[in-house]
Amino acid sequence: MTADLGFGMTLVALVLAVYGGAAAGVGARTGRTALVESAQHAALGVFVLITACFALLTYAFLAFDFSVRYVATNTNLGTPFYYRIPGVWGALEGSIILWSWMLALYTVIVVLRHRATARDLYPWALATMLGILAFFLLVMTVAAPPFQRQTPVPPDGRGLNPLLEDTGMITHPVALYLGFTGCTVPFAFAMAALITGRVGDAWLTLTRRWAIVAWYFLSLGLLIGGWWSYHVLGWGGYWAWDPVENAAFMPWLTGTAFLHSVMIQERRRMLKLWNISLVILTFSLTLFGTFLTRSGVIASVHSFTQGAIGILFLSFLALVLLTALGLVAWRWEALRSQGDLDSVVSRESAFLLNNVLLVAAAFTVFFGTVFPLLSEAVRGVKVSVGAPFFNQVNVPLFLSLIFLMGVGPLIAWRRASLDNLARNFLWPVVLGVVAAAAAFVLGVRSLLAALSFAAAAFVLATIALDFGRATRARLRLGESLLPAMGGLVRRHNRRYGGLIVHLGILIIALGVTGSQAWSVQTEMTLRPGEAAELAGYRVRFDGLTAVEESNHFKVIGAFTVSNGRTLGVLRPAKKFYPQEQSPIAYVDYRLGLKEDIYLVLGDFARDGQQATVKLQVNRLVSWIWIGGAVLTLGALLAILPDRRAAA
Amino acid sequence: MNRGKKFVVGGAVIAGALAYMIYAGVTQSAVYFVTPGELRAAAVPGKSYRLGGMVVPGSLKWEPRTLDLSFTLSDGTATVPVRHKGTPPDLFGESRGAVVEGSWVADGYFRATLIMAKHSEEYKAPHDASVAGYQELIKTLRGESR
Repeated sequence: MTADLGFGMTLVALVLAVYGGAAAGVGARTGRTALVESAQHAALGVFVLITACFALLTYAFLAFDFSVRYVATNTNLGTPFYYRIPGVWGALEGSIILWSWMLALYTVIVVLRHRATARDLYPWALATMLGILAFFLLVMTVAAPPFQRQTPVPPDGRGLNPLLEDTGMITHPVALYLGFTGCTVPFAFAMAALITGRVGDAWLTLTRRWAIVAWYFLSLGLLIGGWWSYHVLGWGGYWAWDPVENAAFMPWLTGTAFLHSVMIQERRRMLKLWNISLVILTFSLTLFGTFLTRSGVIASVHSFTQGAIGILFLSFLALVLLTALGLVAWRWEALRSQGDLDSVVSRESAFLLNNVLLVAAAFTVFFGTVFPLLSEAVRGVKVSVGAPFFNQVNVPLFLSLIFLMGVGPLIAWRRASLDNLARNFLWPVVLGVVAAAAAFVLGVRSLLAALSFAAAAFVLATIALDFGRATRARLRLGESLLPAMGGLVRRHNRRYGGLIVHLGILIIALGVTGSQAWSVQTEMTLRPGEAAELAGYRVRFDGLTAVEESNHFKVIGAFTVSNGRTLGVLRPAKKFYPQEQSPIAYVDYRLGLKEDIYLVLGDFARDGQQATVKLQVNRLVSWIWIGGAVLTLGALLAILPDRRAAA
Repeated sequence: MNRGKKFVVGGAVIAGALAYMIYAGVTQSAVYFVTPGELRAAAVPGKSYRLGGMVVPGSLKWEPRTLDLSFTLSDGTATVPVRHKGTPPDLFGESRGAVVEGSWVADGYFRATLIMAKHSEEYKAPHDASVAGYQELIKTLRGESR
């Protein structure tokens, strides 16, 4: 019953989306507003229907309606209430519903926000969004139907993948998908711009804030994913260059490039073609990411191994790329640049270099990810490149990008004179050199770490210089300090939002550098009362206990941690799920600003007389999460409506 | 040199550097996927391999005090002895698929630096055998902990 109702609604939504897309297109072409209005109603209808589908599936999960196959496979009676919710999107079918729902939500917001203000571009953007939505609904009906009947109805379900029983898993896909689907809006307006031939600034102005929103959610999704990996997977890391991580990272890189190159087009009317291409690329990469995740072409922890859906996504990706490139070729003349670069030493150049480096990074990530496929096709041998490849190639790129983060916001437009350079960069460069020297004196012997600190000090100094100067100018006008700073930030919210995001990225980069350079680990088998020592910590094994939870059985080790004085007891565990062949590790840790102490329980003797424990002291990792919070603050500020226009 | 040329030269330098970095990165960190049979046929000591196979029943030895783990991987035609220092990962066991990364040592074994147990991505309903094992485990642990 539930299954039939859900499937019926999906089918109606698909028909409505196809109709709406066509109506919006025809309405835009013939100028018949009635058709566009009808498409709007269709979009609203699609949104309501997908919301109903989503609610129905959630209800089926909460009520343990095992007559729906997807429910029976992804939850069971023992699953606690709050983990039944992420079960809804814990596997392929549900994740497609979540994706479609968000896409429909964005579509409705686009309708509400832009139907009156962007008369030319809006109908085509609506047509594009409904077209993409129709594709996802097609996937939901044909390739990955969440609403399939299960007969006979089983008494209990199989249960959720235990790794997903975590709050990080409730939020990580939501944030990431909001980012992925958010990239559709700029893409839709870019298509509208190409179709109407209005490739000027209108579409950019309309989509700028959308791009920041999508970029922010992508960042958040990546960060929460890192946190999940760090505290659930039990290998002590937050990023593994796994194909699926890469799939989310690539659109983030090209999206970041777009957010910067937009500014050049706004200011100098250059790079129109480049901007359009970046938007097309970013959107295509989100589709490619889904293809990678869902098709199982590349083995990964995340893949769900589904054959047909891969072909469907690949075909759609090809269709999108062909259409978009065809349109670009058609509008080639209009996309030609009106401005010209004046000098190699200018803000335009700095931004251009930033873009080239970001796209280069995206390319290397892409290359490394698909390398096994390439080598098998070309040379017939299966070869993969792992984390060393990605680190080796990307570290110099990212270091240069961080350096540019200091240069870009301050250097003069058009042509930077020597005077301008000295005025803006003398002190930051001095500070950078001082930071590197200080790091050396304090015992840092890693060139990479020293360079990172130098770059960070340099960027920090430029941000402080810029903010200090602007504040001083306001103080001279008679304002007092705090209102001056507040007013500045509020009035130039995009600029200072951006600078705060830079600060966040800087903090994240320091956390990454520190954890890569200075983390240490050891592994030992201990008898009760014995202790392992690492980096000034003493970890004593006190014994094992066992507990039965609602849906699993848990063996817990108790370890007393001390560094001269007792810090507390950490309890890493192993969880045994009946539906799993093997236990799942449950890590325990003590987070700190300087370092985290992180314990993973390995093998243990059933009589409790010995246990193997992996002990890690991970340095500066907390700064990655702190940087994420700073980044959030900056992104929120940048999303706020522009005050300057109103003031 | 005029401006246009400067940008062209700059672009070429960046592209060249990137191409070199990618080339160097690939040659230095390439890992070859092989089966036990392929490794036996042509093993180059020191080269990085990712070896996939099934853990031969009865071959798994785990010495908790010294953290020495050894087992044999098989693809049905050939077998390769593997040694590793560290705890066997979750999802690892005899008669299961495993992928190990490391290199061939001239003494005649594969030294693994990393062990990846092969997930079966679909989560299966519990087999009777594993249910029994699970029940037994609960019993033992309960008995011991009380």
